[in-house]
Amino acid sequence: MAKETLNAKRLLCPLPVIRTQDKVKTMNKGDVLEVVCTDPGVLQDIPAWCRINGHQLLETLSEEMEYTIILEVG
Amino acid sequence: MSKQRKAVALISGGLDSLLAAKTVIEQGVHVEGINFFTGFCVEGHTHAIRKKDKDKPKRNNALWSAEQLGIKLHIIDVIDEYKDVLINPKHGYGANMNPCLDCKIFMVHKAKEWIKENDFDFIITGEVIGQRPMSQRKDTMPVIAKESGADELLLRPLCAKNLPMTLPEREGWIDREKLHDFSGRTRKPQMALAGDFGFEDFAQPAGGCCFLTDKSYSDKLVDLWSARGDKEYDLDDIMLLKVGRHIRPNNNFKVIVAREDGEARFMQGYKKEFINMNCASHRGPLALIDGKPTKEDLVVAAQIVARYGQGRDAEKVDVTIREKEGVESQILVTPFKADEIPQEWFV
Repeated sequence: MAKETLNAKRLLCPLPVIRTQDKVKTMNKGDVLEVVCTDPGVLQDIPAWCRINGHQLLETLSEEMEYTIILEVG
Repeated sequence: MSKQRKAVALISGGLDSLLAAKTVIEQGVHVEGINFFTGFCVEGHTHAIRKKDKDKPKRNNALWSAEQLGIKLHIIDVIDEYKDVLINPKHGYGANMNPCLDCKIFMVHKAKEWIKENDFDFIITGEVIGQRPMSQRKDTMPVIAKESGADELLLRPLCAKNLPMTLPEREGWIDREKLHDFSGRTRKPQMALAGDFGFEDFAQPAGGCCFLTDKSYSDKLVDLWSARGDKEYDLDDIMLLKVGRHIRPNNNFKVIVAREDGEARFMQGYKKEFINMNCASHRGPLALIDGKPTKEDLVVAAQIVARYGQGRDAEKVDVTIREKEGVESQILVTPFKADEIPQEWFV
């Protein structure tokens, strides 16, 4: 299972979601993607995107002004 | 056994597209959503940059709609392709820089391409005859169907009974009798239908879903084009038009002054791409300098920045100027008084 990181810093929603969506298309089921963002809106939007598209949210981390979402491709 | 028909619904995040998609889902059609990001979309998060809007829900309404509907949502980045729609609209602009009719034609055309690539059967939109002055009129709705290339594959479930029959209706994929005959600007039928479907919480954008319908935003865009002498733009250009106080003392430069902490935090991300400054001797806002200012222009910019800091009444204020390469210098300036900044400088 591959693990990849996506830098989505400085992007405002929905761009982090779009970049996540495009990255996930290149990955395989079970792979893990870590998305690093600065827009706090991702804490709501990427989990929502995961729910409607069948991916599993593993973890969300907030540290100062950075937000990291870790998901498993479904 | 009949084939499972599939439709893609244009989901803006507003009530009409939610209801249109739900109307078709209720008829047993497999529906997925599509949402186009032009860069000008009014998003809760863009507003959330500013503290005054911090109580608004920080959610993407298109994603939220899809979740309410239980459907997949495909968000498509059309920022580059959209430039031609905005710069050369065949059908012109609305009250501001909004090319609503060309925009709708473009989006339906993109949806048509999408259904072809993904083996879907037809397209759904939440359009209602008479709802919008430019793109949703009885005479412009056929234009959208024709010029987008979607023709009879475009179904508008909320006002279908007021329009000629489409392919999904004629082929029996959809029961026309279960579609609607909404028209005009009233929202009552939509509210009643939302109630029937059990939707209680939904987005109701008062000014539409696009910054281009906003006069202040459109003025800033026209100013940008005019100062540069061409209509090219990139995403950062149009994002920065959404934040700060824009002051243009001269054609060759503009000062963007953060109005509050949220904007300053957002603008911090641009410090490596713009000359930027803030007061060193007093508390004050971050400002980005767009364009090619001379040394004298930077003094003017510093006086503006000092005007918006806590040293506005001081005799002299120390301002730090940072070049794009990170080289810092200090400048001592007299802050402008309120009446020393000409009204025409404010974009």
